[in-house]
Amino acid sequence: MVDQSIAGPAMSASEGDRSGRARIVILLLCLGLSIAVLLSLTSGASDASAVNVIRDWLSGAVPGDAALGARDSLIVYDIRLPRVILGMLIGAALAVSGAVMQGLFRNPLADPGLIGVSAGSSLGAVAVIVLGGTMLAPVTALLGTLALPLAAFFGGLATTLVLYQVATRRGQTSVATMLLAGIALAAVAMALTGILIFMADDRQLRDLTFWSLGSLGGATWAKIASVGPIIVLALAAMPFLARGLNALALGEATAGHLGIPVQRLKYTAIIGVSAAVGASVAVSGGIGFVGIVVPHLLRLLIGPDNRYLLPASALLGASLLLLADAVARIIVAPAELPIGIVTAIAGAPFFLWILLRKRGVIDL
Amino acid sequence: MIEARDVSVDIAGKRIVGGVDFDARPGEVAAIVGPNGSGKTTFLKALSGELAYTGRVALNGRDLLAMKPVEIAVHRAVLPQATTLSFPFTVREVVKLGLVGGRSGVLPGEDARLPERALARVDLDGFAGRFYQELSGGEQQRVQLARVLCQVWAPVLDGRPRYLFLDEPVSSLDIKHQLIIMNIARDFARRGGGVVAILHDLNLTAMYADRIFVMHRGRLAAAGEPQDVLNDDLIEKVFDCRLRVGVLPAGNMPFVLPQSSVS
Repeated sequence: MVDQSIAGPAMSASEGDRSGRARIVILLLCLGLSIAVLLSLTSGASDASAVNVIRDWLSGAVPGDAALGARDSLIVYDIRLPRVILGMLIGAALAVSGAVMQGLFRNPLADPGLIGVSAGSSLGAVAVIVLGGTMLAPVTALLGTLALPLAAFFGGLATTLVLYQVATRRGQTSVATMLLAGIALAAVAMALTGILIFMADDRQLRDLTFWSLGSLGGATWAKIASVGPIIVLALAAMPFLARGLNALALGEATAGHLGIPVQRLKYTAIIGVSAAVGASVAVSGGIGFVGIVVPHLLRLLIGPDNRYLLPASALLGASLLLLADAVARIIVAPAELPIGIVTAIAGAPFFLWILLRKRGVIDL
Repeated sequence: MIEARDVSVDIAGKRIVGGVDFDARPGEVAAIVGPNGSGKTTFLKALSGELAYTGRVALNGRDLLAMKPVEIAVHRAVLPQATTLSFPFTVREVVKLGLVGGRSGVLPGEDARLPERALARVDLDGFAGRFYQELSGGEQQRVQLARVLCQVWAPVLDGRPRYLFLDEPVSSLDIKHQLIIMNIARDFARRGGGVVAILHDLNLTAMYADRIFVMHRGRLAAAGEPQDVLNDDLIEKVFDCRLRVGVLPAGNMPFVLPQSSVS
């Protein structure tokens, strides 16, 4: 079966094929992330020089060696580095979760923070913080440091499952129902969280307040060890969903016709998102808008193909969160602004802009 | 071949399709016709594995219920009535989704060029770089057909025929493109595949269908070759409309039939 169109010379740059551009953008994002990491390691209230640390590191010196000031080493290795790693993990988790949820709900406005998933995770986390010493003592004793991320995971999972059941009728997800049901679910979760806060003692209250505003301030290697594996596992599973999510853009029925096991895809996506969001919320509280801003920007650049969108979202999410964290640390130094405030101030107007720009397209 | 026996579909407790027997043979275009709400689309959805049904459907000798989505996708591709897209895909990206199952049937390495070839088949040469959302309804329908063609590009794979399920493939097309699309369907059948098409235009049906299945109130009202099925009595009974087959308009009233096309 030979036809003349095969012989055409214009084979390399196919019209409408944005995969080449996507690969370049991903390379640039890798570069951007490296810069963000450097910037994040070097900035902060202390003048500890990360450049010296890296120079030392490259020359093969042992951390804490005499060549490097012990104080600088401590600040860079035990305070800034865990914070950078945690920021990258959480930024990537939130951005990829946003992209996956948007593919799943077939809507660019789906975001874990907006539709109640984060609120559900928060409820799980707050329950462990407040009741960990009393009612849930056996659970925390059994699970140890995993209790908090696991509780956040199940809180997020329950919310997402309920939301999907409510918003989807005969394979069609209604956006209006999704957003409204998300608001209702978030309200319920927040009311229950409110009851728990009412029960909390003074020390817990202070913990909860800072935690709920969102911050990377408490980053330690122990926290990374408890939530890092969950986030890494969830992120590692997401690329396998890319092809299925692409087909899902044509609707559930058509995705099925193309041979995609739609039910399995949906459940994997929901569990992956709940795990990633739950783990993020457990350590850093409510950091909003990363999941909606990042995928949206990238779709404008490289198109909606999830095979590129998901890794690009991870990279850009990680970079942006590091930058937001740097801003949070610098802007009111030596104090620190909760990072959730920074992402909300930058992200909310962006969200409005998406709404206004697409008013004719988004079918509410 | 596709054999459906005594297929019934209930939706929300209501019987939409009742006891339909249906065959689609390789090498043939099987048309399903009938008035609105007669169960044509619901029956096609059962046949494509999308809706639960009672009865038995065999796809190339295998029970449809025992097959996984990915296996079914090798044997048949489905063109729905309309497809809305939630993200700004280019035309090429949409058509390329047809290759997601990886069994188009062309030689290895030719897959990359398949979207352009499929677009050329549906008369959309040069549309690859456009955004799907910016196209007209008829153009979108042809983009979807190009995607469906990519999925089963070779009408026969591993010695087994493959099938095109087309739900009103020409409903929003001008007459030129109606003929182009129906010729694609007939050509697919001539090369050993099978086609199941829901059609509303009885003239196109008579021209292209090898066999016609007439549905009425969820049941099969008639089945057979066009000259046997399309008669005054059946049309009056099924469509509730007194029409006479093969009668020319009176006087000098112009009429244009697809059959008059000169290829």
